[in-house]
Amino acid sequence: MLDVRGLAFAYPDGHQALFGVDLHVHRGERVALLGPNGAGKTTLVLHLNGILAAGAGTVSVSGLEVTTNNLAEIRRRVGIIFQDPDDQLFMPTVRDDVAFGPANLGLRGDALDTRVLRALEQVGMDAFIDRPPHHLSYGQRRRVAVATVLAMEPEILIMDEPSSNLDPASRRELADIVRALDVTVLMVTHDLPYALELCERSVILSDGVIAGDGRTREVLADADLLARPRLELPYGFTVV
Amino acid sequence: MGAGHGHTLHYHGHSAIHRLPAHVKIVALVLFVLAVVATPREAFWPYAAHLTALVGAVLVSRVPLSYIGTRMVVEVPFVVFALLVPFVAIGPRVAVGPFEVSAPGLVAAWALLAKGTLGVIASLLAAATTEARDLVAGFERLRLPQPLVQIMSFMLRYTEVVAGELSRMRIARDSRGFRARSIRQWPVLGHTLGALFIRSYERGERVHLAMLSRGYAGRLPSLHPRTATSGEWAVGGILPGVAVLVCAAALVIAR
Ligand SMILES: Nc1ncnc2c1ncn2[C@@H]1O[C@H](COP(=O)(O)OP(=O)(O)OP(=O)(O)O)[C@@H](O)[C@H]1O
Ligand SMILES: [Mg+2]
Repeated sequence: MLDVRGLAFAYPDGHQALFGVDLHVHRGERVALLGPNGAGKTTLVLHLNGILAAGAGTVSVSGLEVTTNNLAEIRRRVGIIFQDPDDQLFMPTVRDDVAFGPANLGLRGDALDTRVLRALEQVGMDAFIDRPPHHLSYGQRRRVAVATVLAMEPEILIMDEPSSNLDPASRRELADIVRALDVTVLMVTHDLPYALELCERSVILSDGVIAGDGRTREVLADADLLARPRLELPYGFTVV
Repeated sequence: MGAGHGHTLHYHGHSAIHRLPAHVKIVALVLFVLAVVATPREAFWPYAAHLTALVGAVLVSRVPLSYIGTRMVVEVPFVVFALLVPFVAIGPRVAVGPFEVSAPGLVAAWALLAKGTLGVIASLLAAATTEARDLVAGFERLRLPQPLVQIMSFMLRYTEVVAGELSRMRIARDSRGFRARSIRQWPVLGHTLGALFIRSYERGERVHLAMLSRGYAGRLPSLHPRTATSGEWAVGGILPGVAVLVCAAALVIAR
């Protein structure tokens, strides 16, 4: 489904962020992408829908290689939810914001309205449809941000640190939403218990290369594997 | 800011004028102002007629006259300028009270004041009865170039984000004991503004990425296509229609 081969990338200022990443995600899988600050997780994510163009290597989604010619189709298949919902929400009302993506895909009228409503129902925010997004609480904005991407009905949903800044209840509600979805998910996170809760498989990115890949329970139980890229379970947690 | 919808000039209401599509109001405003500007300045009565029609429109909109009145302070610099003109202009002199002033200057000042005031009232009426987002949609309908429309709509959306950012930075600064009391502290304020600029810029870049990710290709989809019925054009045409008639009559009489 998602196929990354030998992906390397350097930022224009010369800083090399990725050194040959190989990653395969199968349809219907939920995969956690773990790694310390600065490991290159966000950089990797920005390649998956062609925002950044690979320096070397290839990315393909459902057999379609990411190139400048098929960006529209790639962005329909790959939905990215960014870390800060304020970056994601920019229209005057929740309705317009959720409609933005599908409208770019050419939907109009009733078809657009039902898409918007269904996406908002999925995240439990349909009562807020006519509110301006910037007057919602952080957790509510995060949910609307999820809806903006769900409305595009992506084949793979990519979330960059979805649980950061959420209170425990919102964090759990978001987990419920993700579990209820029938899509492939790649979730970037520092929140190891969250990865364990939601994802059967975890991949560790460290210094721009894949440093570990396996069942989340086994990855988190492997003290050596975690210690090298400076990953730590929260105080008081052990995985057996 | 922060009144939910609308903007600082907006006066919430549901009058016939509030309900007109924004692009009708924009067209009406432009026509009205053109008619006022074209009205010969030698006669007094056409301006009285313009003002009467305009005040009538304000009454229909149910925006209080005092609301429009207090917001007319934007005109003050022009008033000051207009008052100076008769003193500095050249030409034959006439006596006004204790002063000797230029006669052509006096006419010019009168025309500037009258036309300016009418224009300001009409613009305030349009602004008070139109929500900001509708205004943007109206410009879009009138085929204003897309980049300009987008700049306006992002300005609307992000004014609040930037203002929020600034107030958080101020709170953080003041929490560390900062007080802007003398000119020596200005460099700190300068740094705050610099940081604000960088942050806003970077936020803008991240927003752009988020937009690209949702299939943005340089054009905001127009989600609420609002076409005007001929009835609405007729209602919107009343005020400029009256103004054009008044202007034409004044031109004919002045001939
Ligand atoms: N625009 C940029 N220009 C230059 N270097 C950058 C840029 N963005 C990121 N980097 C560098 O690339 C590396 C990877 O950054 P990236 O943002 O992908 O990390 P990350 O794994 O997402 O970290 P975090 O967990 O803190 O979000 C870092 O060393 C960072 O300094
Ligand atoms: Mg990151």
